[in-house]
Amino acid sequence: MTRPSDEQRRQMLVDMVSARTQSRRMWNLQRQGQIGTMAPIDGHEAAIVGAVHTLDPSCDWVLPQYREPVALYRYGPEILEHVMLYNIGHPSGGHIPAPIRVLPHQISLATQIPHAVGLAWGLTLQDDPGVVLVFFGDGSSSEGDFYEAGNLAGVLGAPVIFLCVNNQWAISTPTHLQTAAESFAAKAAAFGFPGVQVDGNDVDAVFDAVHTARERALAGQGPTLIEATVYRLGPHTTADDPTRYVPVEDLEAARQRDPIARLRAELEASGLWDDAVHADVEAAAIADIDAAFEKAKSTPLEPDAMLDHCYSQDTQRLARQRAGMLSGLEDQDAGGRIS
Amino acid sequence: MTELNMLEAINECLHAEMARDDRVVVLGEDVARTGGVFRATDGLFEKFGENRIFDMPLAEGAIAGASVGLAIAGLVPVAEMQFLGFAYQAMHQIAGQVARLRYRTQSRFDPAITIRAPFGGGVRTPELHSDSLEGQLANVAGLKIVVPATAADAKGLLASSIRDPDPVVFLEPLRGYRGIRGEVPDGEHLVPLGSARTARPGTDAVVIAWSHQVELACRASDRLSEEGLSIRVLDLRSLVPLDLAAIAEAVDSCGRVVVTEESPQTGGFGGEVVATVVEESFWSLEAPVVRVSGFDVPYPVGMVEDSYVPDEDRIAAAVRRVLEVA
Repeated sequence: MTRPSDEQRRQMLVDMVSARTQSRRMWNLQRQGQIGTMAPIDGHEAAIVGAVHTLDPSCDWVLPQYREPVALYRYGPEILEHVMLYNIGHPSGGHIPAPIRVLPHQISLATQIPHAVGLAWGLTLQDDPGVVLVFFGDGSSSEGDFYEAGNLAGVLGAPVIFLCVNNQWAISTPTHLQTAAESFAAKAAAFGFPGVQVDGNDVDAVFDAVHTARERALAGQGPTLIEATVYRLGPHTTADDPTRYVPVEDLEAARQRDPIARLRAELEASGLWDDAVHADVEAAAIADIDAAFEKAKSTPLEPDAMLDHCYSQDTQRLARQRAGMLSGLEDQDAGGRIS
Repeated sequence: MTELNMLEAINECLHAEMARDDRVVVLGEDVARTGGVFRATDGLFEKFGENRIFDMPLAEGAIAGASVGLAIAGLVPVAEMQFLGFAYQAMHQIAGQVARLRYRTQSRFDPAITIRAPFGGGVRTPELHSDSLEGQLANVAGLKIVVPATAADAKGLLASSIRDPDPVVFLEPLRGYRGIRGEVPDGEHLVPLGSARTARPGTDAVVIAWSHQVELACRASDRLSEEGLSIRVLDLRSLVPLDLAAIAEAVDSCGRVVVTEESPQTGGFGGEVVATVVEESFWSLEAPVVRVSGFDVPYPVGMVEDSYVPDEDRIAAAVRRVLEVA
């Protein structure tokens, strides 16, 4: 087993606490009407942070689904800034700048999985040493894209790590209505590569599993499917009411397995963490997200920005629509010869 | 110049583009070892090898989805849908992902993806091989839709499509693969996207068409010329971008318009062309515009498909109708 160092574990807890703190800040901003729908991270922190801390950001790619970006500090502060841009509805939210090897998060579930395989394959074809880590959930594993991409990755032996964060719920649908397989990891058998289950509340276990998968990928041994089992401690999103379907006793039991409480207790026992450190990390996280929010709000937005970047150059049609929009005409296709 | 059929022109173009730019990779079902079910990719595997052209597992969604990843990696994928009707199984990737990669990343990545697919009727295929989905695809912002009608254009437009930084759906008429032959320029030959072509000159009426319907419209024009009528044929070459000026010029010159296409009528791209005619050249119209198209049913089975796909008789009859209006 590959264990993270004390310093890595301390940094992982910083990232986990920061992610939860900022996610809760975003929840409040959404309730204040200042940002759009968001998906709270509570309960997913160890699965995301433990995985990302095995990566080399200079060469490895991360393809998030939608809950992960707030926990990708390892890839730089620009990620949080773009999370906030996205959440206020600014078009630049999806432009995570080069050379950061992170794609914007994906709303159409599982579509990012074949992208990950194509990207990993493309890296191999160009002798680029990176691997690709792709996140998705238990629900996404029912999509055709998951099966098509898993199959393709197996055939290609692509350097890709499939990380299924099984949080037991796809909005309101429990896992037993999602699959009859004995586990999500078991689905790897059909792809011809290993599938492993880890306790997603145990950051060391996640780190070890993803580290092993990365070593395999770098050695040319192909993909791995990892199922990190967690429990969604909050609602699916700000638009969800889990009291309609989550059994209270299950939620209470899951709270006893809180990944942050677990790592914090271990680090406190080792003298690597205490209440003062915790408070400092939370305060820094709040300061960072507030700064990112202010920066996002002050990011310029041209009146015709929504027409940019559809094509490398406007088509004639689009150019006319842009001209009509900018001239304030309600008839936005003013280029036609109406008179 | 060399006389080639459309397949040979496409094949020549793929050889040239792969030789020109080693970022160009070809992927699809049966494209490598057997050279494609129509042989469009014949010889590429032998010349460029297993790191440039790939026989893919039978999954259209993965072909389109993997192309997104390959483009993000900096490659220039040329993906083949074996038949356009099968692209329904990739539509979530083509329309939802390929088309908006540039937009959602605000041009961080160039989605320089070309998706080739044969389409259109007339060769007695099984179900879902002949469907004309160009109207559906044209309604997806972010895609370019290219529809060559001649062998020379197949070469010149495919080269432009592969070199274009935006995603292109490049539609190849099944009946034209071997049925359309013509002189093709040797060496590099580029036809810009968004430039329509006058396939037949004329002044009495214009038939606006694309892909294999251009050939049929030209036959109708030739037949009508024997009756002393001068019928122009405008080959759009690409639906997105659309050559608005060429449409306006043709309508202004002729005053009477027929639009012909193979897809079902409702929601077909022909309606978009008619709308363009009305927007650009309403005051030049001397008669209502007439549409010729397939019918509002799924693409039918072999015994009846000749009645479904517009032929030169239906096109000629439509031209006569627009000429009858005083």
